[in-house]
Amino acid sequence: MDYEAVIGLEVHVQLNTKSKMFTRVSTGFGKSPNTLTNPVVLGLPGALPVMNRDAIEKSIKVGLLLSCKIAEVCKWDRKNYFYPDMPKNYQISQFDQPICEGGEVEIEMPGDSPSEIGSHRIVQLTRIHLEEDVGKLTHYESDSLVDYNRAGCPLLEIVSEPDLYSPEEVFAYLTSLRNSLVSAEISPCDMEKGQLRCDANISIRPVGTSTLGTKVELKNLNTISGVKNGVEYEIRRQTKALNEGETIIQETRRWNPDQKYTTPMRTKEMAHDYRYFPDPDLMPVKIDPEWVNRISKDLPEKPFDKQRRYMEEMNIPYTSTSALCGDRPLCEYFEKAASHCSAPSKVANWVVNDLLREVSHSEKDQQGVNLENCPVSPESLAELVNLIEDGVVSNNVAKEIFPEMYASRKSAKTLIAEKGLEMKSDGDEIETLCAQAISNDPDAADKFRGGKEGAINALKGSVMKATRGQANPKIVDETLRRLLLP
Amino acid sequence: MTDHSEIFTLTGSELSDGLASGQFSSEEVTKSYLSRIKEVDDKVHAFLSYDEEDMLDQAKSSDQRRASGKILGPLDGVPVCLKDVISAKGQPLTAASKILEKYRSPYDATVTIKLKKAGVVVGGRLNLDEFAMGSSTENSAYGPTCNPWDLGRVPGGSSGGSSAAVAAREAPLTLGSDTGGSIRQPASLCGVVGMKPTYGRVSRYGLAAFASSLDQIGPFSQTVEDTAQLLEIISGHDPLDSTSYPTPVPSFSNEIRQPFKPCKLGLPKEFFGTGMDDDVRKSIEQSIQWYRDKGYELVEISLPTTELSIPVYYVIATAEASSNLARYDGIRYTSRSEHAENAIDVYAKSRGEGFGEEVKRRCILGAYGLSSGYYDAYYLRAQKTRTLIRNDFDKAFEQVDAILTPTSPTPAFKFGEKSEDPISMYLSDIYTISTNLAGLPGISIPCGFTENGLPIGMQLIGQAFEEGKLLSIAHDYDRELQLGRSQPSL
Amino acid sequence: MDIDYVANLARIELTPEERKKFQGQLGDVLVYFEKLQEVNVEGVTPTAHAFPRFNVWDEDEPTTGFTSDEALKNAPKSRNDQIVVPKVIEE
Repeated sequence: MDYEAVIGLEVHVQLNTKSKMFTRVSTGFGKSPNTLTNPVVLGLPGALPVMNRDAIEKSIKVGLLLSCKIAEVCKWDRKNYFYPDMPKNYQISQFDQPICEGGEVEIEMPGDSPSEIGSHRIVQLTRIHLEEDVGKLTHYESDSLVDYNRAGCPLLEIVSEPDLYSPEEVFAYLTSLRNSLVSAEISPCDMEKGQLRCDANISIRPVGTSTLGTKVELKNLNTISGVKNGVEYEIRRQTKALNEGETIIQETRRWNPDQKYTTPMRTKEMAHDYRYFPDPDLMPVKIDPEWVNRISKDLPEKPFDKQRRYMEEMNIPYTSTSALCGDRPLCEYFEKAASHCSAPSKVANWVVNDLLREVSHSEKDQQGVNLENCPVSPESLAELVNLIEDGVVSNNVAKEIFPEMYASRKSAKTLIAEKGLEMKSDGDEIETLCAQAISNDPDAADKFRGGKEGAINALKGSVMKATRGQANPKIVDETLRRLLLP
Repeated sequence: MTDHSEIFTLTGSELSDGLASGQFSSEEVTKSYLSRIKEVDDKVHAFLSYDEEDMLDQAKSSDQRRASGKILGPLDGVPVCLKDVISAKGQPLTAASKILEKYRSPYDATVTIKLKKAGVVVGGRLNLDEFAMGSSTENSAYGPTCNPWDLGRVPGGSSGGSSAAVAAREAPLTLGSDTGGSIRQPASLCGVVGMKPTYGRVSRYGLAAFASSLDQIGPFSQTVEDTAQLLEIISGHDPLDSTSYPTPVPSFSNEIRQPFKPCKLGLPKEFFGTGMDDDVRKSIEQSIQWYRDKGYELVEISLPTTELSIPVYYVIATAEASSNLARYDGIRYTSRSEHAENAIDVYAKSRGEGFGEEVKRRCILGAYGLSSGYYDAYYLRAQKTRTLIRNDFDKAFEQVDAILTPTSPTPAFKFGEKSEDPISMYLSDIYTISTNLAGLPGISIPCGFTENGLPIGMQLIGQAFEEGKLLSIAHDYDRELQLGRSQPSL
Repeated sequence: MDIDYVANLARIELTPEERKKFQGQLGDVLVYFEKLQEVNVEGVTPTAHAFPRFNVWDEDEPTTGFTSDEALKNAPKSRNDQIVVPKVIEE
C-alpha cells in the first residue's frame, strides 16, 4: 500500500534578550560554566521569578510576523517533572493560555532548477507559547555534568499543526521560519548553539485517507539536516512496519545522527503526568491592543513578501532574490545601494556575487555577514555600478578593481583615477589610433570594405591593444566604420 | 536601667530607648541575649543555630554608628532572630529539614536586607516544623521546641521557635512565616504577639516557600507596639517578588500612637461553635467585654464558608508545596543519598531519606491533587471555593472594621497528642486558615491564661492593607493589659 | 489513592511502614476533602492570587551573576565547575 506522512513540528527558539526570562542575570553562549546563574536560576530556597518585558514583546512580534492571534491575557503555569537540567524540577511555561494562537508559515519548495522559483504553500500553526529553557547536560562514561548557564533563558515554542507532508516540506518550513526569525532579530537561530531546536510528530496513513495514524514523537533533531534525515528515516521505518503487518505504537523515539536510525525512548504509558497548575509566584500578562499596534508598526517586511517585491517591482532575477531575502542586513545593504543606482538588478548581482565573496573571504562572524562596517559602502558599490553603466569603466575592469576597493576602502573613482583605468572616449585620440590601425593592416581594411563584416575585429583588437583595453569599444567601432566607409 | 543582667526581659522599644539614652550598648544587649540563650535554650530549644561572633560584630558596628551619631533607625542595635526559612547570606537555612543540613545561603532575603539597613543585629536561626509544615514544631528534624510556659507542651507551629524565643526572652523580636496560622497560632500558644501581614505587604524573596500564594513573613514580640515597629521595617514593595504589592507603607508605629476612635468589630458565629476549649471561650468573652466597655460596637457576623477553609487550604497548600519542594532533590545544593546509583535514585532516595514524615505526606497529597484526572476535582475546585471564602470576608467587611476570634481552639497541647492524627492537627488551624486564603492581615495578642497557666490568644483580622487600623485596635487592648509582658519561669 | 504512583510522581521513596501508614492517613484526609465536592462553584472564577495584578515585570537589563564557586558551594559533588550527577537514564 502507498502511505503518506503527516508531520507536525514543535520548534523551540531562544529569544535574544540580554537577561533571562524570569531573572535579570545575563544570557550568553560560551561563558564559563555556571557563571550565568544566581539564586533564581539555581532555584535556591526563597528565590522568586520576575518576568522580562522584552521577552514578551519579542514573542508578540513573532506572533504578528506569523499572523497569529495575540492573546489579550496570558498566564504562567508550572510544568512539573524531575530532570537534572531543570533547577526547580518544574518549568515555568504556558499551558492553557498561550501568548499566541493559530498563525501560519509560508514555505517554498525547491523549483525545477536553482534558477526557477518553486511552489509556495501556507503551513498552519497551532500556537506559540513562552517558557524558560533548561540547563545543559553533558554525558560521560559513568556520570553526567550539568551547566545551568542556559537555564532560564526565554524560549519560544512554536507548534505547527500536523500540516507538513514530506521531509522536504519540513526542511522548507524550518528554513522559512528561521529566515523570518533571524530577519526580525528575534534570535540568531543557530542550531549548533541550541538556539533553535526541533521535535517532530510523525504519523503515516494510506494515501487518500484523512484520519491521522498513530503518531511518534521524534526527539534529538539537532541540525536542519538532522531533522530532514530523522524524519525521512522515521517515515521509512513506519511504512516498512505497516507493510509487514506490524502496528505503530504511540511513543517517543530518539534520532541517533551518527548511526542514522531512531530508537524508542518511552511509550505512551510512560508518558509524564506534568501536573500543570498556575504559577502562584507570577502575575498574568495583559496585552493591550495599543501595545500590539505599536509593535506591528515596527514589524519588518516578511522575507517572501520582500522577495516578491524585488522580483515584481525592481525586476531582480529570482536567483538573486533568493540569495538576498533570507538575510535582512544584506537586503538593507542592497536596497541602500540600489537607491543610488539606475540598475538595481545589476546591483543585486554585484551584492550576491562579488560582495558576498569578499565578505566571506575576509572576516565573517557566526551570525551571518556583518555588513555594518563593510569596507565597500552601499553608496560606493552604487557608484561603481553607475560608472559601468555610464561607460566610464568596463565591466571587466570593475570586476578587477572590486577586491581592491574592499581591501583599501578606496572608492571606485579614486582607484580608477589612480590607475588611469577610465575608458578612453576622446574622439581625436581614438581617431588617430584607428587610422594607424587601418594603415598598419590594409588587408583587413580591404576585406571589410569588400563586405566581410568580421574583418573589423582585427582592427578593433589592435586599437584596444594599443590602449591596454581602455578605449571605449563603442566609440572605436563607430570611428573605424566611419574611416573605412566614408 | 542599671542592672544589665535583666536586659533580656525588655521589649524592643525599651531596648531602643535604653540604647538611645546610653544606658547600655548594643554589645551589652547582644551579650545579654546570648547568655540568656545559653542559660535556657537547652530546655526550650528555640534555636537551631546562632553565630555568636557575627552577632557581636554587628552589635559593635551598631555601637560605632551610634557613637558617630549615624544610627539607621529606632531598632539599630536591637537583635532580631529569624525563623530558619529566611535567607541570610553566609548563614545556614535548614528549614528544620535534614535535606538542607549542610546548606548555607549565598544571599540575603529582602527582609534580611531591610533589617540590616535598619541597623538591626540579625541573630540566630529559629526552629520550626520542617518546611513550615505543622502546628506544633514536633516536625523539626532537629527535635521539637518546648513551650516556655510548660516544657511538656508544644509551642505551636510552624514558627514555634520564633514564638518560644520571645516568650523565653531569648530574643526581643523575631520573624516567622505564616501560611495557615504559623505565626498567630504559636504566638497564641506562647503568650506573645504575632502578626501575619496582608499577602503582598512583605516580600517573600528569600523565604523558602511552602505555599507561595499563602506565605507571608511577619513579626513576633511582647507588645503590639513592637510588632508595629518591626512590621514597618520589613514591609514594602519588592521588585524581586512579583506578588509583593506596590502600595505605600505608612508608619505603623506612628499610626498606633494617634488617638483612636472605637469602631465596629465582627464576631463570626461559625467560629464560636463547638470544639472550643472552655478556658479559651471564657477568655475571649472577657476580651469582647473589654472592647464593649471601651465603646466598641460588637456585632455578630457570618462567614458561612468557614468549615470549607481547611480542605481548601490543604488542597492548595499541599499542591503548591509539592511543586515548591521539588527543588530539594540531592542534585545542586541539598544532601544527596549515598545509596543512589542513578539520577532517578538520587531524587527518590535523597528525598525519601532527607524529608520527614509530614513533608512526605503533604508532597504526596499535593502531587495527587494536581495529577492527571484529579486536577479539576481538587485543585481547581479548591481555587474556586477560595473565591467564595474571599467573598464572605468582603461581605463581612462591608459591616465591620475588624473581626475578632480566638486564635486557636485550644491552648498548648502535649507532645504527641496530635502528631499521629493529621486531621486533628489540621483542625488546630481552623480559626487562622481562612485569613490566609483571603490574603488578609491577622494578629494574635495574648488575652488571658487557662486555669493551668497556659496562655490564650485572641485574633483580630483586618481589611487588606489596613494593618495600621488593625494594629491600632490591637494596641488599644494590649497597651492596657500588657499580657505579653508576663514571663514564664524557666 | 494509588500511593505508589503518586509517590513516584513526587519522587519520594517510602519505607514499607510509611507506605502502609500514609495509605490509611491520606485515605482519611481524602474522605475529609469530600466536603469540597458538595460546594456549588458553578460560574465561580478561581482565585490564583489574593490580590491579582497584571504585567509585573522588569525591563531587560542584565546584572552579573554568581561566580562558579558561589554557584557550586553547596553542591554535593562537582567537577570542572559543573554539578556531577549519576548517569542519567533517559525516561
